[in-house]
Amino acid sequence: MNLSGPLLAAVQVRSEVVPARAQMAATLGFHIILACLGIALPTIVLLAEFIGLRRHDATAMKLARRWSQAMAVLVAVGAVTGTVLSFELGLLWPGLMRRYGAVLGFPFGVEGLFFFLEAIFTAIYLYGWRRLSGWTHWLTGLPIAVSGIFGAMSVVAVNSWMNQPGGFTERGGRIVSVDVWQVFFNHAATYEMPHMILAAYLVAGFTVAGVYAAGILRGRRDRYHYTGFAIGFVPAAILTPFQIFVGDTAARAIAQDQPVKFAAMEYVQHTSTHVPEWLAGVFTGGQVYGGLKIPDMDSLLVGFSPGTKVIGWDTVPASDRPPVVWLIHLCFDAMVGLGFLLLLVGVWAAYAWWRKRRLPAPRLFWLLGAVSGVAAIVAMECGWVVTEVGRQPWVVYQLQTTNQAATTNGGVIASLSIVVVLYAVLGVATILILRLLARRWRRSDTEQAAVPYGPELEPAERAKDKVLS
Amino acid sequence: MAAILLAGITLYAVLGGADFGGGLWDLLAGGDQRGEAPRRLIDESITPVWEANHVWLVFDLVIFWTAFPHAFAAVMTGVALPLWLAVGGIVLRGAGFAFRKEISRLPLQRALGATFALSSLVTPFFMGTVIGAIATRGIPANPTSANQQAWTNPTALLTGFLFVAACGYLAAVYLTGEAARRNERPLRAYFAHRAQGSAIVAGALSLALLAELHSSNRELYSHLTDRALPLMIVAGVCGLAVLVLVSTSARLIPARVVAALGVAAVIWGWGVAQYPTLLPGSGLTLDNAAAPHSVLVALVVLFIVVVVIIGPSFALLFSLQSRGILLDAGEGALAEATDHVPGAERSGLVAPGQPSSRPHASLKDSVEGAVMIAVVLFLRRRRRGR
Ligand code: HDD
Ligand code: HEM
Ligand code: HEM
Repeated sequence: MNLSGPLLAAVQVRSEVVPARAQMAATLGFHIILACLGIALPTIVLLAEFIGLRRHDATAMKLARRWSQAMAVLVAVGAVTGTVLSFELGLLWPGLMRRYGAVLGFPFGVEGLFFFLEAIFTAIYLYGWRRLSGWTHWLTGLPIAVSGIFGAMSVVAVNSWMNQPGGFTERGGRIVSVDVWQVFFNHAATYEMPHMILAAYLVAGFTVAGVYAAGILRGRRDRYHYTGFAIGFVPAAILTPFQIFVGDTAARAIAQDQPVKFAAMEYVQHTSTHVPEWLAGVFTGGQVYGGLKIPDMDSLLVGFSPGTKVIGWDTVPASDRPPVVWLIHLCFDAMVGLGFLLLLVGVWAAYAWWRKRRLPAPRLFWLLGAVSGVAAIVAMECGWVVTEVGRQPWVVYQLQTTNQAATTNGGVIASLSIVVVLYAVLGVATILILRLLARRWRRSDTEQAAVPYGPELEPAERAKDKVLS
Repeated sequence: MAAILLAGITLYAVLGGADFGGGLWDLLAGGDQRGEAPRRLIDESITPVWEANHVWLVFDLVIFWTAFPHAFAAVMTGVALPLWLAVGGIVLRGAGFAFRKEISRLPLQRALGATFALSSLVTPFFMGTVIGAIATRGIPANPTSANQQAWTNPTALLTGFLFVAACGYLAAVYLTGEAARRNERPLRAYFAHRAQGSAIVAGALSLALLAELHSSNRELYSHLTDRALPLMIVAGVCGLAVLVLVSTSARLIPARVVAALGVAAVIWGWGVAQYPTLLPGSGLTLDNAAAPHSVLVALVVLFIVVVVIIGPSFALLFSLQSRGILLDAGEGALAEATDHVPGAERSGLVAPGQPSSRPHASLKDSVEGAVMIAVVLFLRRRRRGR
């Protein structure tokens, strides 16, 4: 029996590899949006419920209840798309799993632990609204928020390990020992984990805010909409500067540890000092077209002095460089640009609050607020493209290429096509369902307005609930 | 290590399997009018718990690839097609189930319900064929491409049908219990009949499968009938006991525990019979395909942590569910559970079968039973298992 046979297989890129990458990218890109909401939305819902309980604020309470309904749908879609990913790791990348499954399994196992906690307490929280009393119910939500963060740490541990592998010994193509602690807290984990968790909070916060900003733009200028906006917006806006700081730290670490990826992000062709910074611009045929060139800026950003040497991609043979550098560069610029845009929106709101104790009135602010959710999602997706495409051709940095990892089965084109169609339907259906919920809420609001004691009844009703259970 | 994996598979089978079985009965429940009551019961029993139960699948996958990476890659290459189909079933089932609740238009709701129900059959069937392929030496150590014969031989297909029947059987037994708890007599009889019917079908399929194995994998057959014989007998006895219990016993806890035990016995029988082979015919064994020692130690620790933390959490979830605190009888949808409608509120007061003073009726016990059994067996087998 020969255990290492297939490891030496195929050197040229096989026809399965490109569709497999596309499928992985599509399914991950979809799942990550739900994952972000799964990580951070519970915290936002808990925040609303906290305000509702603490200040006897019926509006905040109503928002918390309604967001829970939306959460139930999102969690289900997040769970099924996540399961698809677990299978795909084996079905699309058996080479990766055969060789490194034992190493990257442990963080995934830890993730499983937190999924259990998350799923169990999500069920209790979502379906316990009626029968659990105020603060008890709030407490059942805490484990969801906490396990979301730890779950994200565990998955990102895997991804950052792929960027900076370590913590194991390999002999003759076989893993002989593993230090799970070093695998989990690998070199890249220090910045990827906080950057991703903050990204999740930005995505969830700005998305919630965006929904209500859009309502306000349409003239629904009531307390309900302003409260909904603020509960999402405030935490996200506060976290934005931290996100930019962590991102900046990450970029410097990458210039050190994954210089070729960094070179692709910043169009550094040749190792040199006084490297300029390119804003936008498309690189083809050895030239940058369009874009703004800021002399010395890249060196300054990397080492705080124009004389800093930055490594270019000419240090490795062409076969070891990532493909389509312009995609990596533009995605990086888009992420950074959107990050600063979000910062600006937050600063504007903070300034208005400081001067006038109210949110800015100009329509432009609410327009920006309405698109902030989409902006955060796009920034997050772009960041992942930088990370993943920038790592090419390696799946495990400098140890295994994507080509070696991919399945040897044909038919990936078929599964890719089916997945694309299925996910398109799933995405559209999810959005439609959420809109349906919103429409139902609005209808119940107009009906309840006719009832003399509408939503204000809520605290009393909770008391009744308490007696009941 | 293998024992942990088997324990995980058992838990997925007895918890997640029942959720899939719910789909089977949903499908067979008939038209809108006739099927309303059973569908409602299925819906209310599955809604709060399916996601948590589903995590066992994910956890089992992770344990499999971490502990036996080489065998994992072989299975994922060798029988890729049924696995893809099972994944498709998982997506459609979850989405169909989650969406149908929020939809109020009947035709759409029907379409989504059918998606949920049909895909609930697809997943266990194809998972069964994968196990069947493994059992019939269909997976070599280093497959370079998928082999469609491996999972379409009679043994594998029979295994697929057996999985569907077993899921339906577990679901029917659990649902009988749930109906009994709510004092819904007609529903109870309804599911008791189905439990008996599916028990007979599952039993017949098991015997047929055993006969098939006689020709398709002689070694496995002979181990099943010697060293795994006690477990096979336990399985048979449990099956027969459920036939009786399901229509006689008053509170139906024993029926549920016994049903879960029967299914667990089959799974463990398979494990015992195959020991120490991992993928028959491939030369991969528990020993030569295992991950490095340090990884296995980490996994064992992780599993213990999971049992310690998750066990009580599951117990809490199931006990809340069985006390009617999660989603009340007669009020179904989450929309009403969270959104405040004064009228609905009042009807909650008089909801039938709201047994808040009976903390220990139901699923919880069977789950705890299953966990205890798994843990005991696991501790016993671990000594030999590695
Ligand atoms: C809301 C989302 C968001 C925002 C506003 C930013 N990022 Fe980001 N970024 C991500 C969301 C994200 C991400 C999607 O979460 C990534 C992908 C992998 C990761 O760990 O985080 C990422 C990756 C990522 C990487 C690559 C990490 C790697 O390859 O391992 C760098 C260098 C930066 N970011 C830098 C920045 C800088 C300098 C920002 C300043 C404005 C910034 N990011 C804003
Ligand atoms: C922690 C989680 C993640 C893990 C373990 C992971 C793993 C992988 C693996 C194994 C591949 C295939 C091999 C390769 O092309 O290098 C891949 C490719 C890819 N992933 Fe990730 N990934 C993760 C997160 C994400 C997320 C959230 C996105 C979001 C968009 C993403 C985007 C991509 C893209 C675009 C590719 C294709 C790269 C290319 O073909 O050039 N990844 N990832
Ligand atoms: C290769 C990459 C990935 C795999 C294999 C994967 C796997 C899974 C699985 C199996 C689930 C379902 C668990 C359940 O049943 O509830 C899930 C859900 C989830 N995943 Fe992923 N995931 C990946 C990438 C990511 C990334 C990059 C993140 C974020 C950092 C993430 C965060 C989550 C979260 C928070 C959930 C729970 C979603 C919810 O139920 O609301 N995952 N993932």
